[in-house]
Amino acid sequence: MGTYKSKLEQGFVITAEIAPPKGADVSVPLGIAEKLAARVAAVNVTDNQRAMLHMSPLAFSHLLLGVGAEPILQVCCRDRNRLALQSDLLGAWALGISNICVMTGDYPTLGDNPQAKPVFDLDASQLIGAARQLSRGVALNGKPIKDHGEFFIGAVFNPFYDPMDLELLKAERKIDSGAQFFQTQPFFDKASVDQFLGRVRNLSAKFLVGVTPLKSERMIEFLNNNVLTTPIPEGVARRITTAADPEKEGLKMAAELVNSIRDKVDGVHLMPVGQLEALPTMLDMIDDGNKR
Amino acid sequence: MIITKQKAVDDIIRALKGAKSTFIFGCGDCATLCRTGGTKEIGEMTEILNQNGISVTGSSVPKATCHELDVQRLLRAHKEQVARAESVLVLACGAGIQAVGDSITKPVVSGCDSLFIGNSRRQMQFSEKCSVCGECVLNENAGLCPETRCPKGMQNGPCGGAVRGRCEVDSSLPCVWIEIYERMRAFGRLDEMRRVRGPKNRKVAARPHRMGNWPSVRGDDGNV
Repeated sequence: MGTYKSKLEQGFVITAEIAPPKGADVSVPLGIAEKLAARVAAVNVTDNQRAMLHMSPLAFSHLLLGVGAEPILQVCCRDRNRLALQSDLLGAWALGISNICVMTGDYPTLGDNPQAKPVFDLDASQLIGAARQLSRGVALNGKPIKDHGEFFIGAVFNPFYDPMDLELLKAERKIDSGAQFFQTQPFFDKASVDQFLGRVRNLSAKFLVGVTPLKSERMIEFLNNNVLTTPIPEGVARRITTAADPEKEGLKMAAELVNSIRDKVDGVHLMPVGQLEALPTMLDMIDDGNKR
Repeated sequence: MIITKQKAVDDIIRALKGAKSTFIFGCGDCATLCRTGGTKEIGEMTEILNQNGISVTGSSVPKATCHELDVQRLLRAHKEQVARAESVLVLACGAGIQAVGDSITKPVVSGCDSLFIGNSRRQMQFSEKCSVCGECVLNENAGLCPETRCPKGMQNGPCGGAVRGRCEVDSSLPCVWIEIYERMRAFGRLDEMRRVRGPKNRKVAARPHRMGNWPSVRGDDGNV
């Protein structure tokens, strides 16, 4: 078991998301990960996010260990059946990876291989259940697994879902299945975080609030149209579009948000959509703001 | 019913591989309703083939072309017309096409792509609500099938991506999980949605499905 779990159990943590490259050269993302290693509790490694082809997250997670970063391996249900998924989970243990974050996954037609066969043999709740079962030494077919490890199991939560009661019911099921922590879609203002915290108060899992720095009007449009189910608040968007240096303003706003909520949330999960290189600067801003 | 669409004329002609004559089978059931293999479409196909130098020696529209013995009976009834044709073109679903193909030694050409099992509402309005998964979950979901109506086939939905109640994969669709939630709430069954559903048993969907023995009939085209 890695240290991410114990850090999260003890107090506020910061995790960051890094996508494996769309090729075999890992130097850029691995270089960033090395810089972040001592400054974040863990690094999330995305699994062909938005159904776009990237390097295997299992391979990249293994490389993260080599630069001292603790990986959270994302595992989605889109591309592999239960045999392949469990096989990868066993492989994760062998490679020293014990944190996973499970999701159903974006549909292939929305990605860059729209003709791919969608698998979805299991859904997120079922895969969470499979991971917990493996951690107890039993595979999905009921057969014992020798020399099993123990996963720290994460899941995802959309705090802007409508109807919210349905998203909460699903979160309950994920927790029942074995989810121990959740990472959320990005927040852009403190008021929404407060509202969210009220809703999940009774759920027995850790919640890491998603934070994404905005950098331009174009990015806001992209996120509104492709990623988010609720548009970015107008006031937030205006601060970016009217800023002299929108990129810097976006990092500043994200750092401000983190510092304004760090006392009441279990952690934050930084998702630097297209701004991987900005992560260390953002962490500097978070540290600076926190010291004040 | 099985929803079909006709293949492009060029593709059909290419698949005929230079045959100068053909016999056409349609289907009086699904393909007639889909307007892909009824009497009218056979007439139109005959005209197109004639324009491309392919003669049509005859045609037949079985009541349902997936009925293999009925197809064999019709093949015998049209024995001479079939004998004069170098190939047989079938305007029906894949089941109908193979019912013909398994009953004859001549090359059989598919004139349609089979799309899905569809419910019909108005003329030419079809929607897929059942994907014959072999393990019906309608009782657990207030009569709505997430295996079919959710693109991800989630058993423990929703995926969380719906926007204003519409599916993230195809915004022209309502999110079936929100529909299930609303029905379950109306029926006072929301508590059931707190329970996790286990993985589906895909073994029951193993192909090819059959009841009774797999038939091994071929070549009864009356050509002998």
